[in-house]
Parts: sequence; structure tokens; C-alpha cells
Amino acid sequence: MRFKLCLDLWNKIKSETEALQDELNRNILDSLLEFTRKCSSSRHHSQWASKMRASEIPTAALVLGVNVPDHDMTFQSLFDLLRLSVTPHVVSLQAKECGALKQLMKRVLERVMDTVVAVDDEEEEEETRPSGAQLHKSIHCSLAALCDWYISKTKKSSFSSPGKKRSSSVVEEQDSHPPVVIIFKDLEAFNSRVLQDFILICSRYIHRLPLVFIFGVATSPSTIQHMLPSSVSSLLCIELFQSLSCTQHLTTVIDKLILTSKFPFKLNGKVMQVLVSVFLYHDFSVRNFIKGLQLALLEHFHSQPLSFLCCRKKEAQLNAEQLGPGDLERIRQLPSFQRYLKEQEEQNKLMTDDALLKGVCKKLLKDLHKYHKNYYPVLRCLHTLTSSLPRYPLGKQIRELHLICLERNVWESEDYQSAMKLLRMLAKDELMLLLQKCADVLQPVNSKKMQAAFVQLEELLTKFKQLDAAGEMAPSVEEKFTSPVKSLQKKTDLFQLQKTLLEMNESRRSKRMSPFELLRNEAVEFVDSLVKDHLPPPESRPLYEVCYYSSSATVRRHLNATPRNSIQAALSRPQSYIQNDSLKTEDGTVSNAAPDICIAYKLHLECGRLINLYDWLEAYSTVVSAAEGNDPDSDGFGKVDEVKHARFIRAVSELEFLGFIKATKKKTDHVARLTWGGC
Amino acid sequence: MVKFKSPPGQKGCRGDGDQEENGVFDQQDYIQSLGTDNAEDDEDGLSRLAGSSIFTFQKVKRGNSMANTASELARTPGKTVSFQAAEPCTPKRTGRQKKTESRTPQKQSKKVQFVSTTPHRLRKRLTAPSLRSDSDSELSPSDSEEEEEEEDGLKEKQKVNKEDKENQKTPSKGLSAALYKTPAKKSKNAPEPANQPTMIEEYFEAHGSSKVLTSDRTLERLHTPKLDRETLARLLEGKPSCYSKEIQELHNKHRKHFTKWMLQLQLGFSVLVYGLGSKKALLEDFRVSYLSDEVHLVINGFFPSITLKSILNALTCEVLEHQGTFRTPSDQIQFIAQTLKDSPDLHVYLLIYNIDGPMLRGEKTQSALGQLASLPNLHLVASIDHINAPLVWDQFKQSQFNWLWWECVTFQPYTEETSYENSLLVQQTGALALSSLTHVLRSLTPNARGIFKLLVKFQLENKDNPSYSGLSFQDFYQRCREAFLVNSDLTLRTQLTEFRDHKLIRTRKGADGVEYLIVAVETGTLMDFLENEDDD
Repeated sequence: MRFKLCLDLWNKIKSETEALQDELNRNILDSLLEFTRKCSSSRHHSQWASKMRASEIPTAALVLGVNVPDHDMTFQSLFDLLRLSVTPHVVSLQAKECGALKQLMKRVLERVMDTVVAVDDEEEEEETRPSGAQLHKSIHCSLAALCDWYISKTKKSSFSSPGKKRSSSVVEEQDSHPPVVIIFKDLEAFNSRVLQDFILICSRYIHRLPLVFIFGVATSPSTIQHMLPSSVSSLLCIELFQSLSCTQHLTTVIDKLILTSKFPFKLNGKVMQVLVSVFLYHDFSVRNFIKGLQLALLEHFHSQPLSFLCCRKKEAQLNAEQLGPGDLERIRQLPSFQRYLKEQEEQNKLMTDDALLKGVCKKLLKDLHKYHKNYYPVLRCLHTLTSSLPRYPLGKQIRELHLICLERNVWESEDYQSAMKLLRMLAKDELMLLLQKCADVLQPVNSKKMQAAFVQLEELLTKFKQLDAAGEMAPSVEEKFTSPVKSLQKKTDLFQLQKTLLEMNESRRSKRMSPFELLRNEAVEFVDSLVKDHLPPPESRPLYEVCYYSSSATVRRHLNATPRNSIQAALSRPQSYIQNDSLKTEDGTVSNAAPDICIAYKLHLECGRLINLYDWLEAYSTVVSAAEGNDPDSDGFGKVDEVKHARFIRAVSELEFLGFIKATKKKTDHVARLTWGGC
Repeated sequence: MVKFKSPPGQKGCRGDGDQEENGVFDQQDYIQSLGTDNAEDDEDGLSRLAGSSIFTFQKVKRGNSMANTASELARTPGKTVSFQAAEPCTPKRTGRQKKTESRTPQKQSKKVQFVSTTPHRLRKRLTAPSLRSDSDSELSPSDSEEEEEEEDGLKEKQKVNKEDKENQKTPSKGLSAALYKTPAKKSKNAPEPANQPTMIEEYFEAHGSSKVLTSDRTLERLHTPKLDRETLARLLEGKPSCYSKEIQELHNKHRKHFTKWMLQLQLGFSVLVYGLGSKKALLEDFRVSYLSDEVHLVINGFFPSITLKSILNALTCEVLEHQGTFRTPSDQIQFIAQTLKDSPDLHVYLLIYNIDGPMLRGEKTQSALGQLASLPNLHLVASIDHINAPLVWDQFKQSQFNWLWWECVTFQPYTEETSYENSLLVQQTGALALSSLTHVLRSLTPNARGIFKLLVKFQLENKDNPSYSGLSFQDFYQRCREAFLVNSDLTLRTQLTEFRDHKLIRTRKGADGVEYLIVAVETGTLMDFLENEDDD
């Protein structure tokens, strides 16, 4: 049941992200499509131009940024789009498939011609094989084969012969002579020699074969220049396309997936923080972000039995109806519900009466949904108001604001106060612009409170406008201001001056504020009240556990693990994993009763780059003897016996296996240490 | 560092008051002279002193050699100064340095020095490499009796120290601090800025000097002989494993997550298990309890001869039951991908122990595995052990693998995993070499056998000759002729090719351009071999 819900939700999120991805990439892809179309048409349309740069291959360099894992999706949709709308002949190549020119050729041919010509291809392979010296020649043949194939294909598909091309319409030409598009997914990873050869060969065929290249570039466009010598790159006619930056991408993803009441599943502040920081500090990969989201979703549905209430409003109501006694008990145990109980009079009744509890639950769930419905629009409003303030007291990005709101009452924070102060100093036109934007945000929301807020906002706006009309009043006010200044000029005494200035200040402060100022204050107050009404942290809502996933540690552990850290912690503090009294020491050090490998590890930390095995063994055996409780005065103390020797050998080979030491021939019976520093 | 348990009551009995005070004064003097009356620093130093980690000295000695300590005694104050100069004065360091300083004035009498050097193990530990290089610069060239004498003289004293220390529990604050430091240092998310410079310094401390000096003693000194693998196994078996109950508990704790693993695997994640201890038993448990009904393949990544090809072949031949070979691994992967795509109901589970195994570390292997892991109905469970294992994956591969990391510290010994490593300490028995030798020879003609035996005998005759470089080809031919084994130069060469192909002999060009032949098998094995042959 929960699993099904989870899958449903995940699928929804997935499709949403995919749609989003497509939308985001639309711009860039459209321009690329346009580019390929133009390339193909220009060949025929303006014949002279194509003759001029006959050996130049039109090339699009698509700069995608360093978030390599995300590129796949982009390329996939590009591939599909190209195939659908421009040409059936699209090849997408990855560097690791094309170690050598031969393989690259093979792939291109295979994919362009599909299986129909596969036999042909095989034959070429046969031809290619006999000798390495003829390799180059036979590849010429193979591209020639592609050419022939292409020409025959186009002849078949179109009735017009190549000679008539000029006279026929452009559209038809495009249909009949679609370009062959070759996509190099990860240009940086290609062997530059292979690429050079391929480009050189292709340029020979450009007269007969309308080739178009698309390079996927992760770093910067200059890599093309670095990889290819000018003799080769001059054969390319490169046009640059810049894709959306990944942070923008993330912002939209968050905007669509998290800052919406559409999906009932939510992340709490800490989890959100973890995911965002993994994104910002580790990989810039939106895909990984989504993966984290998926993991959180999975964990939530797996570990929270009440999560089956985490669905749409109506379903949730239905599910709430079917709450079993065990579930009800769980609800009673929820900390947020207990907090809620304390405020209720019918506390005892709720604790015992299941039916009543069900009703209350339904109501609370409804409240929660309402809360979400109101939360996000208000959040957006606040963001529009504050994101343009100087020094960004509440953050530039809406996710920062969201994080603040998730953690505590935003209006209690200092940043919020300063933001409000700044709002109170805004000029009229700016303020009006912002308020108008807010109104736009609020307008489409169909909840009563938001509509009410919208109406209020509209009223405020009209008042501002009226103020414009009543602008003539303003000069008179100003006159009043100026009079004390005039009187000031007469007096020259320093003390007097100071005094008047102080007075002036006071009078100004006490002075009745101008209508604009009043109105401005009113507007700010209004926003403030909105915020206070609708942006309390979700933790304060009863039953928030149903929808919010809060175990940030789990997410971090699974996504961003530190295996070395774990190993070293286990080695240096085995007691944190093995619960045994004999391991416990007063100050957290390792006792001599620790597992052998821990002792060996601790001893090896004392050493420099090389470790003398004999000394190590001796030290080890001393420690172990002490652990066994041998009498230190007896003769055998610290002596190496066979068992100890064997245990030591095991510990050392385990350390070697873990990569702490390695054998070295620098000195007999020494090992080299691979880590440094005494930890 | 190891800590010894003993009644804590006696702590501090050795450091008689005067000297301890001395130490305090020295330190304070030093602080003042340094001008770093940093409150934190001050407090740090005092608290450490108050912690009376006096007896920690021996711990260092235990880690290093006794000879080191011996030479440490012989050290002149001048050296300490140079050592100090070598280290930049970061606030962290001053604590340590001042102690180093504090030691210097007291160098006069050995006894005093002992006490005053004892206090701060943390400092000692860090200075240990430098100290050693100091001391060993004297030590290494003069591996003479002089040193031995000194050492002997010291042994007694140190023994006393050691015993003392073992009797008295020494809670050492420095250590605990150091221990806690470790995780912070490595955690990616919160790199402590204060730690950064120290890490770097530590690196240069360890790698700065081109030569590293350690004591010259070797394992030959041991009374116990080198152990071979069987004895080792026997000995280890005899010893009851400590904490087996706790280890079992850990195991059970990890077992609880198995259902979650299954769920995650089905959703397209790959499970990656890490942490100290062999995870083979755990994964095996998982396999038995959850995968026994599914199609699954187990790969021992630690096995020294595993290759990508064998993995892929196992997949295609045994799992997909495809007869036939592939030209390249990428073709094979494509085939697997296609087959799995065509049958979406077939779920294949891949279990890899040690995906970071020495043979699987290659870039190509990992990317191939990544491609496999990204298939929707191929599920991967793997374990890693090497501390630098995550470095084998770049971002792209990581996203292909779609790892979910699980920390599973088991503390189980790596019995199987390490059994393939040629440990330095384990004597390589010639058993394997001997049997292969006999087998090869059995398949040869009597003449060829005679030729080989001739060479072996000659080599054994010369086994005590350190300048023996092999039997020259001409000489060998002469001998063979005399024994009626060959009749021409060419026949001998043909025979030798056979041996060379089996890696039984090696040829080397001498200085005079003559070929010299050596049997590339250990002397002991050869003697066994001759004995066996004679028996036959």
C-alpha cells in the first residue's frame, strides 16, 4: 500500500522532472534544431555559399557545464527531437565506444544505416581486417559506402533528381536531403587523434554527404581549439550554444517539485540543506539531486508507517477513514500531535475515543493541506519582495528563504527585521512594482485566504495610484519641511546649530507622515501579517510527520558516505562499534584489549614513512602480553610466541589489504606507510 | 596508540614534584619567550600537563624501536633547536614545541631527561619521524657494537619504564583529542580550517626528507621462524576470536536492513557496503536469505586473477545461456543490455565482493561495470574495503552505478580476502612451485629431464657462491654433450625454449655477451625436487 503510493508519487515526480527538463532544454534544443535545418537548407538554397566553404563541416558546440551525469538526458531528448523533426539519420557517439578510428567509423555506419546495411558493414569489417596498413584506405571505402548508401536512399525517397534540386521548393529539399547528424556526447573524452582523422576524412565527403556535427563540451569552448590543431579546426564551421547553468536548473527543479502544494511529500529543512549542499559542493548534478529526493521519498514511506496518509487531500481523507487502532495509537504518539493535544480541552477524550480521533485527524490533515496551499504563494510573495533588496537579507534564491522558513519562525529572525526595515524605505515606484508582482503571484491561487489577500493587495495598489493623482498635495508638505531650514541659515552659533538640528530631527520624526509613507507602512504591515499567518515552520503543525521527511543523517550517509572515515574510526575507536565493557576506557582511547588490527593500526600511526616490521611486531607483542594479563616481571613477558606472531601477521596483512601500508623493497623487512600524520 | 589498564591510583608517582614543577616553569618560560600568550594555548599546555600524561613516553617507544630511544638519549640539544626551526609556528604547534624546548635544558642527566620527555605523547608522536631521522642519521652508518651496547644498557631502564607504565593507567588527554580529530579531518562537509595546515605539515613532515631512516633490525632476529600459511591458519584457528558475541550482534544489526536493500535494489539503486571488517559473510547471508530464488552471480573481486572478461563471460554463458564469443567487451555488454531489455521480467543480481579489488580497479573495468549497473533489471550489490576506493569512480560512473552507501562495520577478519596477498611475513612455501615443476618435467622426454636436472645440480652446487650468475650456455652445452643428452647446439636450444616457456629458467646476458642460464625457482624447492626425482 505504502509502497504503491510511493511508486505513484515517484513516477509523478519523475515525469514532472522529465517534462521540466524538456522544457528547460527546449530553448537550446530549438536553436540547435534551427541550426541543423539551416545547415541542410543552406547547402542547397544558396549554392554558392556552400561551395565557398565546401570543405567546412557545420558544427554546433554545445557547452553543457561540468555536471556530466545530467548530460545524458539532454542528449537523449536532443537525439529524439532531431530524429523526429529534422532527419532520420542521427548518430550519437560516446567516447568510450570509439577508442580508435575504426570503431568510430563502424559505429557511425551501424547507426546511420541501421540493421539493413549491417551485412554490408560486416563485409567492410572483413575488408578492414586483413592488414593494419590498409586500414586507412578501407575506411575511406566505408565512408564512401555511407555516401553511396545515402545517395541511393535519398534518390529512393524523393522523386526529384539531384539536378532538379534547385528548382524544387526548400521544404521538399529538406525532406529529401536530410543531413546526417553526428553527436559527440563527451568531446573531451575522445582521443584527439581519432577525432582529427575522422574530421579530415569527413571533410572530404562533405560535398556528397550533408554532415553536421554536434559536440558536447563540458568545460569551455576553447577545448575544441586545444584538442584540434588549426588545420583541422579550420575545417569546422563552429557555432556556439550555451545551455542553462545547472544552478538555474536546480532552482527551477526546486521551484516545480518542492515549492508546490502539488506533491504531498515534503522535505524538512535539514534534509533539504543536505541535498542542496551536496549539489553545490560536490557535483552540480541535478540528477543526483533528484536521486536524493527519490531516496528520501523511499525512506519516508519505508520508515514512517503513517506515510500512507501522505497523498492527495481526498485520498488522504479516505485513508484516514480506514485508520486502524494501531495507526491511531501511532498518531497519538506523534510529538506534534501531543503538542496539539496539550492545547485541547478534550485531551482525555482524544486519547481514548478512536472515532473522535479519526475526525480530528481528518480535520488536521485538511488543515495541513490548507497550510501548504497558502504557504507557497506567501513564500513566493515574500521572496519577490525581498530578493531585490540590497545585500539580500533573506537570500537571493527562493530556496534559501524556504530553508529559513522551514527551520523557525521567519519573522523572528534578524534578517527578516532588516528586510522589513528596508522595505519601509523603498521608493514608491519600486514598491508598487513589487506589490504588483506579489498580486500576480497570489491571483491564480484558489484558496479563500489567498483571494482575500489578493483583494487587499489590489486595494493597496489602487490607493498608491490614487496617491499619484493626489500628488499635488505633496509640495505643500515639502514647504513645511523647508521652513526650518531657512531659519537655520540665519544662525551661526555652533551650539545653536546643533540644537536646531536636533530639534529639526525630532520635529521631523514627530511630524505627521506623508500619505505615501503611511500607505507604505500599511503595505508592509500587511505583508508582515501575511507572513505571520502563513509562514510558520511546518514543525508547528500537528501531524506534519505524515508529510515531512526529516532524517537528514540517513540521506547524508547513503548519498555522501565517507568510507575512509568509517574505517579509521572503527580502527581507532572500536568501542563505538563493539559494545563491550573491556573496550571502554575513560578517555576514549583504545584499550589494549582491542582487536588485533586496531592495536597494529595504532602502533603504525607512530611511524614515519617506513615501518620496521620487527619493531612493530615487538611492540605489538608487548601490548598483547599486557592485555592477556601476563605478569610483567616474568621472563616470557613481551616475548613473541607463535600465536602472537600469527595474529600480528594477520593484522598486518589486513592493514595492507585496506591500503594503509604496502610492501617495499627499500629496506629489508620494512613496509611503507601510505597515509601520513599521526591521527 | 595503545593504552594500558591498571589501577589508576598510582598515577603520577614517578614524576616527583620538583621535576614536574620544573617542567611547568620551562613551559611557561617558553611561552613567554615566544610571545604567544594566547590564552587558549596556555590553557592547553597546562591542562595537558595536569593530565599527567607522564608515562606516555613508552608508548612512543613501543611504536618505534628501542634503538630509537637509545639514540634519542644521545641526542644533543642542538638538534632539538633545529627541529623546532624546521616547524612553522602555528598556534597548534606551539604547544608541542614548547615541550620540546622544555626538554632541552634537562639533558644533563639521563634520569631527568627521562621524566621530562615523558609528558606529552601527542607531541612525541608528531615529532617521532623527525626524531627518528635525527637519531638514525647517527644510527644507520654505525650499525656497530657501540650502538648495541648502548641499547643493551638502556633496555633495562626501559623495561622499568614499561612496567611502570603498564601498572599505571595513563589517561592521556592528548591522545583522545587526537583521536577525535581524525574524523573531522576527513569529513568532506565540514573541513576544519584549523586542521588543514596541520595536515599539510604532517604530509611534508613525513615526506619532506628524501631519506627515511628506521632501525636496521630485521625479522631474522626473531626466535620464532617464519610461518607458512598452514601453520598460520592453524594458529589462528586455535585462538578463540575475541568479541565474537559483539561481532555477531553487529552482523545481526546489519541483517535487519536486508529488506531495505532489496527494495532499493528493485528501485534501481545499487547497494554499496563499506566499513571495517570482512563483509563477505554479511553479503553471503544476504545472498542466501534473499537471492536464493533469484538469478544471481557472485564475483570475488579480491581474487587475483579475476578479469572483466571472466565476469562478462559468466554473465553471458551462465546467466543468459548464450553460446558464442564476442569480439570486444563492449559488444558483449551491448548484447547483455539488449538481452535484458528484451526480457524485462528477468532480474539478474550481481554480487561483487570487493569491487575495488586489485584486478577490477582499472578504468575500463569500472566503466563496464557501471554500464551494467545502469541497466534497469540488473541489480548490483558490492563491497569496498580499500581506504581510497571511492577514487576509482568519477562523477559519471557514480551516477551510472547509482550507489546507495551502507556503512557495515563487521570487524570480521579478512581471512579469505587476504589469503591471496603475498604477505611479507608469511613464508612462501614452495609447494605449489614444486608440484608444477614435477608436472612439467613429467611431460618431457628423459633427455630433457636430464638437461634440467643438470642445470639444477649445478645451481645447487653454487648456491653458496654469492657471485654466481648462472651457467653459461657454452659450458652447459659441453656438459650436456658429455652426459649424452644432446648432440647439437640446436637441440639444446629447443629444449631450453620449452623450459623458458614454462618460466622455469631465465637467461641473462653477461658482461661478456655470453648467455647465462638460471633456474628461476627457490633453492629449497629445488632440493626437494631433486630428492623427489631421486626417489623416483
